[in-house]
Amino acid sequence: MALTGSQILLESLKLEGVDTVFGYPGGAVINIYDDLYESSINHVLTRHEQAAVHAADGYARCTGKVGVAIATSGPGATNTVTGIATAYMDSIPMVIITGQVPTPLIGNDAFQEADMCGITRPCTKHNFLVKDIKDLAKTLKEAFYIARTGRPGPVLVDLPKDVQVATHEFSYPESVSLRGYKPTYSGNSRQIEKAAQMLLAARKPVLYVGGGVTLSSADSELLKLVEQTRIPVTTTLMAMAAFPQRHPLALGMLGMHGTFYANMAVTECDLLIAVGARFDDRVTGRIDSFAEKAKVIHVDIDPTSIRKNVEVDLPIVGDLKDVLGKLHGRLNQKPELVEDMVENTSEWRSMIDEWKERHPMTYRSAKSTIKPQFVIEKIAELTNDDAIITTEVGQHQMWTAQFFPFRQARTFLTSGGLGTMGFGLPSALGAQVAFPDRQVIDISGDGSFQMNSQELATLVQYKLPVKIAILNNNYLGMVRQWQQMFFDKRYSQTVMELPIDFIKLAEAYGATGLQATKVDEVEATIKKALETPGPVLMNFKVSREENVLPMVPAGKAIHEMVLAS
Amino acid sequence: MKHTISVLVENEFGVLSRISGLFSGRGFNIESLSVAPTMDADTSRMTLVTRGDNRILEQITKQLNKLISTIKVVDFTDEEYIERELAMIKVSTDGDSRAEALRIVDIFRAKVIDVTPKSYTIEITGAPAKINGILELLRPMGIKEVVRSGPVVIGRGAKGALA
Ligand SMILES: Cc1ncc(C[n+]2csc(CCOP(=O)(O)OP(=O)(O)O)c2C)c(N)n1
Ligand SMILES: [Mg+2]
Repeated sequence: MALTGSQILLESLKLEGVDTVFGYPGGAVINIYDDLYESSINHVLTRHEQAAVHAADGYARCTGKVGVAIATSGPGATNTVTGIATAYMDSIPMVIITGQVPTPLIGNDAFQEADMCGITRPCTKHNFLVKDIKDLAKTLKEAFYIARTGRPGPVLVDLPKDVQVATHEFSYPESVSLRGYKPTYSGNSRQIEKAAQMLLAARKPVLYVGGGVTLSSADSELLKLVEQTRIPVTTTLMAMAAFPQRHPLALGMLGMHGTFYANMAVTECDLLIAVGARFDDRVTGRIDSFAEKAKVIHVDIDPTSIRKNVEVDLPIVGDLKDVLGKLHGRLNQKPELVEDMVENTSEWRSMIDEWKERHPMTYRSAKSTIKPQFVIEKIAELTNDDAIITTEVGQHQMWTAQFFPFRQARTFLTSGGLGTMGFGLPSALGAQVAFPDRQVIDISGDGSFQMNSQELATLVQYKLPVKIAILNNNYLGMVRQWQQMFFDKRYSQTVMELPIDFIKLAEAYGATGLQATKVDEVEATIKKALETPGPVLMNFKVSREENVLPMVPAGKAIHEMVLAS
Repeated sequence: MKHTISVLVENEFGVLSRISGLFSGRGFNIESLSVAPTMDADTSRMTLVTRGDNRILEQITKQLNKLISTIKVVDFTDEEYIERELAMIKVSTDGDSRAEALRIVDIFRAKVIDVTPKSYTIEITGAPAKINGILELLRPMGIKEVVRSGPVVIGRGAKGALA
């Protein structure tokens, strides 16, 4: 049957298993919206295109499915760019559909024209301009395939208006064949055997785990390997939930705001096993002294990640699920050697335990003011560590990573690579759409919250019971911390002079607003929020000049930490 | 160190900007770049000359390979290959220098492809070093214009490196 371009789009989405899209209409996508009017596809109208993309991103992060967002041409499309770049940096599978001016007008500076393929080339895994309706179905098939396979990432499909209205016979391709794109899934077995040998020979091994473990759904393989080998695990911001943080072998986060014991373990280890991590500068600190004493094994599906920042002794290109599973299998065939290895590394684990005792992850509690870390601990306690947590960017984000004992993959959604303020609320929205019955909480900062606060409207409209906890220090706290430590306390443009009445703001949108100003109100406020149906904003007035510690100052090695006193 | 890399890409909209954007976005340098379709109209072959240490070259080839539109990448540096570049050179000539110019053209096995009373336009093909050589000799006469294609390379022997 012949369908219009916009019908082909919606039929293709259904065949890809998409039941929900996030978006915002406009002239260049009005045909698509006309077809959505009676479609079985659920459309969530955000209040900003950036938020639509973050929402689709949150949906993707917590489900593992491809998130889909739609925006109109020109300003609608350019508004998606921060969302796309955020997803790109964290390798999130997404397809973004943007309207475009009709093909004969492209390049003419037509009304609401923007060169989206040009603009998003460096922040998408791939992008397409569909110039001919004959190519549409094939392009969509390829877009989804590229987004979800290999190292995942966002793919943009720019769809001119005349292509949306043209008609063509619809047949969706069964398979994709791209000459230039064949990701390596299976790890080389000789390399894996070498890795097994290196593990068995190690005396001070550490696993350094990144977001790739979540992307490849390899968290259970990781846990098995750890149980088998008793190798301690440090996780990046992107992987905090990929390994249970209450596990005795969990070292928490490493890097700039990592734990003392994680950073010491990496500094002192003789074998660093990097899995699905990319040696980002926030993790490594001064690169030449990072894991200086260690041999390095690096497992990643993306060959460009390997040897980009550090030399590697043993590279393994492959899907982490495959490689970690095979490594575990190989070691299983040598139970005595593994036993010896566990024995040989027990001294190392005691050393780490000593570090843990010497400088545990802690903060100075107070009676007179609410400590932001205390609020996070209370949220964890009252949700049984079992909520889907999103964050914005800043101090509150680091405290969440440090103090929330995550226990299940895909429950911590945060903008790691790009560090996008304004990510938390819309991504929580997307997560709540994906899991209507789960507790979803955005741990937010007063600054970041205002970058996408309009999404309160979306929460109320769709009755999405997201809880928002603003750790309100009335500062752009993270920047203020740097100014305090490195710029003589010159708080240039980080004081949010205006005390915003967030309660009234929530109420204006028809949400519930709660406030806690004293320590003993914290628990009751969280309980009340969790019991209240619908979206609830909690405003916690926290101690204003609290700092995130430990901290590795820029340019220092990661063992040169400023510690909490 | 200088590297000459051949890249086989899909001959499609925007592919050149993907490659050049990769180089500019990641701070890799391009000394020269030449592109044209191959025998297969769906495929183009690029030859690019870049510089960097081993680590940078490894990243360049990996990043090129990572592009969806890239089919194959060959760094010819460690291979046996033949390199050719075309140049057209417009030189001022009068009286004595006209004969001298022709002698140089002859020695380099170049060709005069356009003549005016005051100039010769010379075509030369060869390795870039040979082109540098003729330019050096012609320079004293006054070079009015030079256009160079950038080198293209092909592997030695019967086997096709990129086919
Ligand atoms: C979109 C964007 N703009 C600017 C920054 C730089 N930045 C990083 S943290 C931060 C302060 C965030 O303040 P707030 O949300 O109140 O969180 P806090 O640090 O106080 O917990 C800023 C401005 C950023 N990360 N993202
Ligand atoms: Mg703040």
